[in-house]
Amino acid sequence: MKVLNEFKCVFPAQSANEGLARAALSAFLIPADPTAQELADLRTVISEAVTNAIVHGYRGSEGNVSLCLRMLPERVIYIRVSDKGCGIPDVARAMEPLYTSAPEEERAGLGFAIMQTFTDSLHVRSSEGAGTVLTMRRRLGGQPDD
Amino acid sequence: MQIHYDTQTAQLLVRLDGEIDHHSSNRLRSEVDAAVYAHLPQTLIFDFRDVSFMDSSGIGLIMGRYKILHPLGGEIILQNPSAHIARVLRLAGMERLASIRVREEVVQ
Repeated sequence: MKVLNEFKCVFPAQSANEGLARAALSAFLIPADPTAQELADLRTVISEAVTNAIVHGYRGSEGNVSLCLRMLPERVIYIRVSDKGCGIPDVARAMEPLYTSAPEEERAGLGFAIMQTFTDSLHVRSSEGAGTVLTMRRRLGGQPDD
Repeated sequence: MQIHYDTQTAQLLVRLDGEIDHHSSNRLRSEVDAAVYAHLPQTLIFDFRDVSFMDSSGIGLIMGRYKILHPLGGEIILQNPSAHIARVLRLAGMERLASIRVREEVVQ
């Protein structure tokens, strides 16, 4: 599929970078002129995805989180967040609402529920010991001008 | 963040501000808990008027305080959420644990 614009970055799995990822997304979306709700939804989605990579992927160990943002035709926003952390042994279970593998962190277990609700599609590819790749798409309202 | 305890009403008012995410929630949690354990309030009010962003870390923050106060008969009020924060609160089913008060529209 034709990629109209793309932004990639890699940052260490430190919680301060959750805000950096949101800021990068906000800046990337400026030309698309999303509604306030679309922007808030996608900022929440990327925050959940990056937090999952940091909290559950790396569990305090060092590593990098990779972010790829794409603007696709028909005003579709593509977001990919990947880590090379511990991976998810049971993806279906991890996606159940309220399930968390880190109760001591007081995680609500709602990350995947939010990502699913605020996007049009969510794809999870994970293998134990190798890491996790989350891919999400969301079509913005309004008329495409491409 | 500002925290104020009213001894007359036994209400603890927590005025959150800025962005609530995993990064900021650890500090918020320890500051709120210090006040909660100091006063054991009848009502804990989280005010979201000055919160510009919240993800599920904020839900964890609320649920954790609910687990402390509910066994003691305390209640939680969530007030002045933005439209976005209200959506996240509803998605998480927070209305089952707390009263949600949306800001009243100001008549000019």
